[in-house]
Parts: sequence; structure tokens; C-alpha cells
Amino acid sequence: MSVISVNNSNFDSVKNSEKTVLLDFYADWCGPCRMVSPIVDEIASENPQYLVGKINVDDEPELAQAFGVATIPMLVVMKNGKIVNQSAGARPKPQILAMLEE
Amino acid sequence: MKHIYDMLIIGGGPAGYTAALYAARAGLDVAVIERLSAGGQMALTGDIDNYPGFEEGIDGFTLGMKMQQSAERFGAKTEYTEVESVDFSEKIKKLETPNGTYLAKTVVIASGANPRELGIEGENLLIGRGVHYCAHCDGRFYKDKTVAVIGGGNSAAADALYLSRLAKKVYLIHRRDTLRAEKIYHEPLMKAENVEFLWNSTVSDFITDLKVTGAKIKSTATGKETEISCDGIFVSIGRKPATEFLKNSVSLDSNGYIVADESTKTNISGVYAVGDVRTKALRQVVTAAADGAVAVHYAEEYLAEN
Repeated sequence: MSVISVNNSNFDSVKNSEKTVLLDFYADWCGPCRMVSPIVDEIASENPQYLVGKINVDDEPELAQAFGVATIPMLVVMKNGKIVNQSAGARPKPQILAMLEE
Repeated sequence: MKHIYDMLIIGGGPAGYTAALYAARAGLDVAVIERLSAGGQMALTGDIDNYPGFEEGIDGFTLGMKMQQSAERFGAKTEYTEVESVDFSEKIKKLETPNGTYLAKTVVIASGANPRELGIEGENLLIGRGVHYCAHCDGRFYKDKTVAVIGGGNSAAADALYLSRLAKKVYLIHRRDTLRAEKIYHEPLMKAENVEFLWNSTVSDFITDLKVTGAKIKSTATGKETEISCDGIFVSIGRKPATEFLKNSVSLDSNGYIVADESTKTNISGVYAVGDVRTKALRQVVTAAADGAVAVHYAEEYLAEN
């Protein structure tokens, strides 16, 4: 599946998805975000069982604030509308997959 | 029979991809093993103004991608996995990864360095909750807030200056009574009205309420403790070499850097150390790149003789 660009108006439908959700909080100017971005794309295309979304913290400051984002990239895993896992900073692919499988 | 590379390079920063470029252009069968993405520490840097050829500067991430593409243009490959241990005891060197064993006649270690942590209990749990190691990445979340920068070198000075333009107030906490940073930083920092220097001071503990709300400051002169309130703490106290996976292989110095001179040769024939991971005087993108070229020169000699 392709990555969804998450914003204030589609956030609720993403959050309430029946699938496990991976959210990538990022900004265009952030080096580590750009490092992790293609990995997140790969995870989305290889794992249709997950719903993968990216949230641009400059465009969506309210969402970033709601999640208490103070470090980017920040990766958040949600199940049934609840945060079950999160990590700050760029992570290699196996670690992100492990976060999703926990 | 498993594939045996002429050269495997551990790490895809400027040293690693310069080695890859030189090796690929020389016709060697070469691959870079990178855990995350090209660029290394350089990709965490905003503008790089002291790598020649970019008259308006270039951001570190883009420079990393360009270096990767330069090497791949001549046939260098990239394998995205992490080297967990090495075995250099035989002529054919072995690198162990979660993807299996990689074999090569020569190995270039370009694993770089990571930010040094304060070593305070609970520090790891506060990453993303007020403790930061990259001002350029996370500074914008502290607009009109109070932050503390810890350190006295160039990167601490640059971080404090950058944050002084965003934050309401910046404490610069340094264990000595003067900055080690180059002169170019001193005047603008002294001029910035919202920067307060806490000299002869170290952070002894974090004050937290789920996230950082302040820090305990200990005087290195008197041992007395005081407290400051702040929303974020940016740690900039240097780097530690990424050499843990090299246990019982090449010689390391007491700080964990690989012992190698300007030839980049380690104590093991056919194994070279390049960039920030090597003992050296000046750790810059341009000196890392230079190391990569030198390593390939000596590796070609080694391959011709062995």
C-alpha cells in the first residue's frame, strides 16, 4: 500500500483503522527524517497489513503537539486508536518492523 | 560458493562512499554496508560550508546522496544491513550481519561516530522528552522556550547560537571557564542577549515531570548544586566512535578509536580505518573523504601482492 499523507481532516479515519498504524512525524528540512523516509515507504509497500502515514510537523502543528512531538523523526505505532509504541530518531528497518510486530 | 568481494566498506558516510568511488573507478568489486542511509553524521548537519566546490554551501543530507550516487555511477553497490561482528583472522575477512555473512579480500572501516551521552541515569528514556543530541533537528520545537546546551566545543557553540535565534533563553553549560570553540563563535555568542553562560558547571541530574522541566547543575569548582528550569536540554559534549562491533579484531586506543596513521592501515593487513573512526587530528567531511581515497590506494597495493 502507498503511504497516506495524514492531516487534521483525515486523522480520525487513520487512527480508527482496523489495521496497525505506523505514523512518521517529519519535516522536509530534517536530515534524519529524510534518511528514514524511504525506509517507511518500503515498509508500506511491502506490508499491506499495516496502514502507514506521514505527518509533516510544519503543516500539521496541532497533530504534532497532540502527540507531544519534540524530536523528529518520531515514529508512532497505534492499535485500535491507542499508542502502543513510539521511538524518537531515525531507526533502521528491522527495528521499525520490530516496533510494529511487538 | 559465497561471493567474495574485493572490498567491503562498513559505513556510508563521506569516508565510506569516497572509498567506494575510488574502488569502483579502479574496477574493484565493492559494496558499502550501511545500516540506515547514506551520509552518516553529515546527514544530520544543516549547511556544510567548508566542503569545497559548493559556493553557496550544501545541506549534509544532499551531499551524502550525491556521494552515494557518485560511487554507484561506477558500479559500487550498497547493502542495507548492520555489521554485528567481524572476523579478520583469515585472509578472507568475514562480516556478520542479520542478512548473513559477507566475505571480502579487503575491508574499509568507515563506521564513524555517534553523539556522546551525558551518562545520567534515565537519559535514554528522556530522548524525545526534552533530551536532544541534534539542535538542528529539534531546535524548532523550542521556539520561545528555555533550553540548555551542554558543552564548550564548536558544535556546542554552533548549537547555542542556532537556538538563541529561536528560544526565549539559552543556558550554555560548560565544565571549564572558557569555550574550546573556535574564535568565530565567541563574539556572536557574547553578543546574543538571551544566552547565559554557566561556567565551571556540569549537569548532575535531570528534573522531570514525564518530560524535562529542568536540570541540577553542579559547580566543578565548589561542588555546590543549584537548579535551573528549562524545557529542553541539548547535549553536545563530543562523540564516541562506533567500534563496539570490532571486539577482538583491530587495535583500538583508550577512547575506542581505531589506531591507524594517515596511511589508514590498521594493525591487520588488508583492513583500513577511514574518517571519524580513526585516530586523527581533524575530523571533517573533507578529511574523511581524503581517507577514503588513501585507503583504496593501499588496498590496491595489497590486492596486487596477495
